[in-house]
Amino acid sequence: MGAVLSPIFTKANVSFMMQGLVMTVLIAACTILLSLVFGTIMAMIRHFCTGKRAVLSALAGAYIEIFRCTPNILWILWIRFTMQGDPTFKAIFSCTLFTTAVVAEIVRGGLNGIPKGQFEGAASQGFSFWQTMFLIVLPQTYKSIIPAMLSQVITVIKDTSFLKVVDIAEFMRNSSVVMGQLRMPAQILALYVFIAMVYFVICFSLSCVVRYYQKKIRT
Amino acid sequence: MITDLFNVKRWEAFFKVLPGQYIPGFLMTLRVALAGLLLALVLGIIFGLFSTSKVKICKLLSRVYVEFFQNTPLVVQVFFYYACLPYVIGGRVPKFTLGVIGVGIYHGAYIAEVIRTGIEAVPRGQFEAAYSQGFNYLQTMRYIVLPQTIKIIMPSLANQALNLVKNTSVLAMVAGMDLMYYADSWGSDRGYFVQAYLPCALMYFLICFPLAKLARWLEVRAKQTPVPKKRKEVA
Repeated sequence: MGAVLSPIFTKANVSFMMQGLVMTVLIAACTILLSLVFGTIMAMIRHFCTGKRAVLSALAGAYIEIFRCTPNILWILWIRFTMQGDPTFKAIFSCTLFTTAVVAEIVRGGLNGIPKGQFEGAASQGFSFWQTMFLIVLPQTYKSIIPAMLSQVITVIKDTSFLKVVDIAEFMRNSSVVMGQLRMPAQILALYVFIAMVYFVICFSLSCVVRYYQKKIRT
Repeated sequence: MITDLFNVKRWEAFFKVLPGQYIPGFLMTLRVALAGLLLALVLGIIFGLFSTSKVKICKLLSRVYVEFFQNTPLVVQVFFYYACLPYVIGGRVPKFTLGVIGVGIYHGAYIAEVIRTGIEAVPRGQFEAAYSQGFNYLQTMRYIVLPQTIKIIMPSLANQALNLVKNTSVLAMVAGMDLMYYADSWGSDRGYFVQAYLPCALMYFLICFPLAKLARWLEVRAKQTPVPKKRKEVA
């Protein structure tokens, strides 16, 4: 057993894979933050631009549909090959592109859940539109979408493994590099179990938090 | 990028490879998606029923299946099958089988969860009311419970089908001869990225957009389900 496992989990290999894990978490965190910002903007456009500015709302809707209906790998590859710049930034950008579409829908769901009375109440107290948004509506919206956003974090962490295809030094890619040195089937199997376990521990603990929040909201 | 978009020579090159690469790739993606959806539905129904059953071991089995496959990336799973299945069956694994197993098992976990919530969403009182009216178990299921469950779960199922189609593109990472693979290999080969990826995106959109519309329509319809009214206490 030791003879099988010791060539895999050497100090160099483990630290190399852990560097990849740090990169994965970093990309996921940047992606989530950026897409929360853009997703909120897009959700507000979808929700509030009516009448004369309905064309903006339609554009945001088209964006959401386009990214919802095309595979993630496509955008990762497309951005990688047709844009200039640092590969990591491009990776974050491409992940943000398709995550924004999903986050916009989540935020819009949250906005829909805010009762109309909140707007009327704020208006009666002399709040301007932006004051109403930042002081009253958005805080409530964010609070209500916490479980959905956390599920989205899980999805993003899983989606970063697609970045292996453009050779970003994230966890899956670094582990594959380590795997390239292995010959025995038992070793390859062991390493796959290890990779799956690392992802599982991260995502499962997040999904436990999601369940905790859902229970808290219900009671 | 904009000048590339209107480069006639490159579009001509694209239309030359369209019948030879894109169409077979498109059909491969469709076949993998359909077979994968079938497998996912079968697994989802089995494990969904398991998780609502009263048998402890079935419940546990279904929990483990759902949690494990939902919380690990599809990429890891597919690479795992790619590396380890040949030892199990002792030979090369066709890419079609690999894709079907990959997306089928992955989305089976999601569908199992959808079906569980669907069954649990039907209130207990519905069963009791049906029994009190003299319906037997099968009649209760057929006329009372299942119609409600199906209405509840249909939007989520359509969404899962959509994601499943998108996720078949993971096959491109193991040279799976699907649409994404051909687009990527031809595009990188010639450097005509816009001509390679734009039609590819369009083809995926062609499959996924109707599914997205269907999901939305079903969602609207599900909301019209008559909700059981709160019973008033009669003195």
